[in-house]
Amino acid sequence: MAIVQIVGLGLVTAFLAVIIRQTKPELTVPLALAAGALIFLQILGELGTALGFLSQLSNRAGLDPIYLGLVLRTTGIAYLGSFGAQTCRDMGEGALAEKIEFATKVLIMVLALPILGGILGLVEQLLP
Amino acid sequence: MDVEMIFRIAGIGLLISVLSMVLKQAGKEEQAQMLTLAGVVVVLMLILQLVSQLFASVRSVFGL
Repeated sequence: MAIVQIVGLGLVTAFLAVIIRQTKPELTVPLALAAGALIFLQILGELGTALGFLSQLSNRAGLDPIYLGLVLRTTGIAYLGSFGAQTCRDMGEGALAEKIEFATKVLIMVLALPILGGILGLVEQLLP
Repeated sequence: MDVEMIFRIAGIGLLISVLSMVLKQAGKEEQAQMLTLAGVVVVLMLILQLVSQLFASVRSVFGL
């Protein structure tokens, strides 16, 4: 039962963070960071199963594997960006979190530009 | 699962807070400050491995 383990880990971490926050508040953020990393590493196997099924599905639909790779990369960039931004916000650096999110958006847009160019080229071909 | 890491960090936090309380009672404020700094550095070293592992796995899963 992976969900029991993950919920237990989260609850134990939150409890320990409450205890530590009274005396050493600077150590609560590393605690939360470690818990977040552990939860992701724990769920990695299931995520791999889901992504494998997704790629199987796209193969069956005859989709170009480049597109699925692009979607996955976008998801990865968004995940890492939100991870960093939330950690910064936990430490009280809201402005820095906003900047990380901005960089994430720019990176995702750069990743999506070739597709946009392809769509525009298609429209140009269709137009008389 | 690696719950040990969580307990290790929390244990370091509790130990540091108790020790710095003792040092403050003994009137050694600067050493208490240094102790806090050392504790933060040790915890960051622990965290660093975990975060690098997280980044590596994210990169391998999402093909970044």
